[in-house]
Amino acid sequence: MLHLSVTELAAELSRGAFSSVELTRACLDRIRRRNPQLNAFITVSEESALAEAAGADRARAKGDTRSLLGIPLAHKDIFCTRGLPTTCGSRMLQHFLPPYDAGVVERLREAGAVLLGKTNMDEFAMGSSNETSFFGPVRNPHDPEKVPGGSSGGSAAAVAGGLCPMATGTDTGGSIRQPASFCGITGFKPSYGRVSRWGMIAFASSLDQAGTLTRTAADAALMMQAMAGLDPRDSTSVDRPVEDYVGEPGRSLRGLRVGVPLPHFTGGLGAGVEQGVRAALGELEKAGAELIDIDLPNNHLSVPAYYVVAPAEASANLSRFDGVRYGYRCEDPKDLEDLYTRTRSEGFGDEVKRRILVGTYALSAGYYDAYYIKAQRIRRLIRQDFARAFNEVDVIAGPTSPHVAFAHGAKADPVEMYLEDIFTIAVNLAGLPAISIPAGYDQGLPFGLHIIGPDFSEARVLGIARQFQQLTDWHLQLPRDTHLPRRAREGAS
Amino acid sequence: MNLGIIRAREANLPQPLNTPEIDKIATLARLRVSPGEAGEVAARISEILGLIDQMRAVDTDGVEPLAHPLDAVQRLRADEVSETDRREELLALAPASRDGLFLVPKVIE
Repeated sequence: MLHLSVTELAAELSRGAFSSVELTRACLDRIRRRNPQLNAFITVSEESALAEAAGADRARAKGDTRSLLGIPLAHKDIFCTRGLPTTCGSRMLQHFLPPYDAGVVERLREAGAVLLGKTNMDEFAMGSSNETSFFGPVRNPHDPEKVPGGSSGGSAAAVAGGLCPMATGTDTGGSIRQPASFCGITGFKPSYGRVSRWGMIAFASSLDQAGTLTRTAADAALMMQAMAGLDPRDSTSVDRPVEDYVGEPGRSLRGLRVGVPLPHFTGGLGAGVEQGVRAALGELEKAGAELIDIDLPNNHLSVPAYYVVAPAEASANLSRFDGVRYGYRCEDPKDLEDLYTRTRSEGFGDEVKRRILVGTYALSAGYYDAYYIKAQRIRRLIRQDFARAFNEVDVIAGPTSPHVAFAHGAKADPVEMYLEDIFTIAVNLAGLPAISIPAGYDQGLPFGLHIIGPDFSEARVLGIARQFQQLTDWHLQLPRDTHLPRRAREGAS
Repeated sequence: MNLGIIRAREANLPQPLNTPEIDKIATLARLRVSPGEAGEVAARISEILGLIDQMRAVDTDGVEPLAHPLDAVQRLRADEVSETDRREELLALAPASRDGLFLVPKVIE
């Protein structure tokens, strides 16, 4: 049952093929076997998971038909879970027990999902390889020598490795889509404001957005139907109706205008990935879509602008970690200054400190206009590029990442790591919804097709992804792994 | 703390940061950079600033800064009590607390 999608599991549970307790037990067994190598989970909560599963089975017996009833779920360890450790991948929060559930946690609980535990991540979501976690790196289920991507690398590895059928993630510059691409699964980032950020530990508040990691786009739609909607506790949560993501896709591929962004096909794009992504675009074309070359003239400025906006906001958000109210505190502080400085120096890892320093610099007197305001002006230019493109096309599609997963330790230089997100970051700066779906293999490793839509076009983007997955079977190809029945790798149309 | 201690450079041209500048930023951020690592940190931060400095080549005169993708403004809510008293539960999260207060090292002699 571990190779089934959420959609299939829901059907099997509903016809009584197995119980939620049996399914949850199978996931827990698999975690016990695979997690020592993958390191995808930081916390596993067996007892509460089995109790929730038993509750789901009882509810079903009484006629409960909630969409995710009894389906095991993992949360990225950035979402506060009441009474269950929430570390954000940091020593700073190693022993933090949140006094409340995040909005996303509440909603998925209300939809009936069973919480297995919390997944590993780059510290405070700062990274593209899951190598900055205080709890150690995560390994890619397709090849343990390779990174799973980041920062939602634990969630991506858990789903790809068959440890759980669905997981949450967050995406500030590509942190759902890039790991989804590297692990061969489906990663969806909604529009900014579509899903509540309440109880999601803040990194860069004008960019952060919660989303999903699943095997299929239909599964992402199921999760999104439960997660999306207004949460008055998040002041940026948007008050507009949630569309139907699960029903028949409203937009057929026939006549669909797909923008192919020229800047995503130049420069560092690997030959194998380019060929595969062009073939994927060809599938859309065969199904009746029209491919239209478009330009995004300011795309090359997205990484520089992001590395002002995100560190600046992070430096402000992370000032709350001062050793006074919660979290880590240094031993024997000699005075208040020493308490603050030593707590933060010992509690944060190198990459987090680096970004706090960059952000502090960019916000400091004499530099605020030259860096922060300048970056915000460029942010508007980037959003205008997309607005112009969406006058001509319905969606934009290209590669998620320039290449497949790289080796652990291969990118020691921070700037080189930052450039990993060259195709994803502009989407966060503009606040748009986007998905990465499996589109092929290069050098034996998966890569994703990136589909970007206009503001609040979640239903359109998910619908197109679902139709793509009816035409192809890349999303059904699981990691080479003796514990799982492998599906046919051949036969992709 | 005087934020003006970081001297604005004339013409705002990118230059590598030196160790005293890293010390000043670290102090503002309440982070300690040991003398042994200051050179390495300065070099890394300077590389990042080099990446960021690509922005300067772009003419953004007349472009409004974008702080929020949808240019949204703060939503207001009714002035009603929405939080319950959870003082003990929240204080229990603190590394040190007593008599309903957070404890920190002595501030006033």
